[in-house]
Amino acid sequence: MDLFARIGQSAINMFGIVGSAGIVFWRALISLHRLPRSMKLVVEQMQRIGVESLPLVLVTSVFTGAVASVQVSYQLNEYLPKAYLGTAIFKFVVIELGPVLTALVIGGRVGASIAAELGTMRVTEQIDAMEAMAIDPHRYLVMPRILGALIMLPVLTVIADTLAIGGGFVVSNVALDVSGKVFVDGMRTLFYAGDVLGGLIKACVFGLIIALMGCTAGLAARGGAVGVGRAATRAVVASCVLILISDYVLTTLIYGIIFS
Amino acid sequence: MSGRVLIDVRDLWKSFGDNHVLRGISLELIEGDTLVVLGSSGCGKSVLLKHIIGLLVPDRGEVLFHGRNIFDMNARELGEARQHFGMVFQGAALFDSMTVGENIGLPAVEHKGMRGQELEALVEEKLRLVGLEGLSRLRPAEISGGMKKRVALARAIALNPDIILYDEPTTGLDPIMAEQINKLIRDTQNKLSATSIVVTHDLHSACFIGDRVALIENGKIEFIGSTDELMETEDEAVQNFIARGHANRGPRENDGAGLH
Repeated sequence: MDLFARIGQSAINMFGIVGSAGIVFWRALISLHRLPRSMKLVVEQMQRIGVESLPLVLVTSVFTGAVASVQVSYQLNEYLPKAYLGTAIFKFVVIELGPVLTALVIGGRVGASIAAELGTMRVTEQIDAMEAMAIDPHRYLVMPRILGALIMLPVLTVIADTLAIGGGFVVSNVALDVSGKVFVDGMRTLFYAGDVLGGLIKACVFGLIIALMGCTAGLAARGGAVGVGRAATRAVVASCVLILISDYVLTTLIYGIIFS
Repeated sequence: MSGRVLIDVRDLWKSFGDNHVLRGISLELIEGDTLVVLGSSGCGKSVLLKHIIGLLVPDRGEVLFHGRNIFDMNARELGEARQHFGMVFQGAALFDSMTVGENIGLPAVEHKGMRGQELEALVEEKLRLVGLEGLSRLRPAEISGGMKKRVALARAIALNPDIILYDEPTTGLDPIMAEQINKLIRDTQNKLSATSIVVTHDLHSACFIGDRVALIENGKIEFIGSTDELMETEDEAVQNFIARGHANRGPRENDGAGLH
């Protein structure tokens, strides 16, 4: 019974944070008209969310591509010619692996960092100080982070896609006895621009989820260092769960209905 | 009492769960006056201050600013009203991602669009007022607790507000620094002719800074009047508080300036 109660409580908590996120999102949205004044803050967040995440994305994607290459080669072995290796890697990476894995690692890195930063600001009354100065934290803190993530996640995904395919390409060449030309021809065989576009649309939504969950958990932080720690955990857990759920919904929508 | 009523707090009630913090607080703040809200720790002084600037919403009651209830104002009106206030928070609440200068200049940048030399001049002027000239490039983490409170004061007075709210300005400081902060508050009031509310549990500060004193005990106002009246009243709750104040400070400090 205790287990069910816990699961139920987690579900209620999840609904709670999604509800709060809706309000935070709305307040950030209505502050968009002051975007020109906040451009510097947006660029700063793009730098922090995007540029500073590059090393992590690089390592994750290169090895993901390499592993995907080995896996696909193993699966194809008895059924299809290796000419399809490039096709499969390309499709896996741009539709699924690139956007989702990038979002999950960025969710961990950036989501936790946003929640901890805003949470610390909350518990040390810095957010109160901002409101007392008539500066809306949703405009000054939340909106730049949401825009920063929304813009940079697709950019990071393009980089991750390229690196992952590169990783797959190198492994195919070096270890799997598939020449570069065969790999690239395979990629071209069933190339469909909608695959790439769909992946990028997903990346935008994931970026929104990461920043929004980080900001919501951070703004709701209470009770000193413990509260800040909890906020960071909530942000990461909520982003990861929502990324995976929305991935299913978006994949069904984009590839099952729109591009089908 | 004479002069215009700037802030009129009427029958304010606030509870956090079962903790009834404010139980029907009413008081008026006259233009040019310095009101000290005195009370032991946890009696609801800071909560009262946060209601006055609209950071907390009461369960019941109203706060009239220039005759308008701030809890009936929309976000834009509340923002405009808050620009008439400056607030010094208990823990200084400086933005630790910014330098001292950026902290002080933020209200001017956000509300007046101030930039460049004009902004630098403003920051230096305010730093000079609090005796910290030349420190604008330091970060809050690089300065002492007393200096942080001074920077917080410089930030609060950046736009020459009509009303300055101080939340426990001397808490956590050594007696010498506390004395300096008390003098600084009095000098600031003289220079800017601002109206002030100072929340403190320090009787000595209250007598040194205040024109009028309100004593809060158990969420209610036990006494309101001039500092002279405070020391002469026969009210038992006030006598008890004064006795505790004397006991806390020790016999030698009781001979200090301001105590009658």
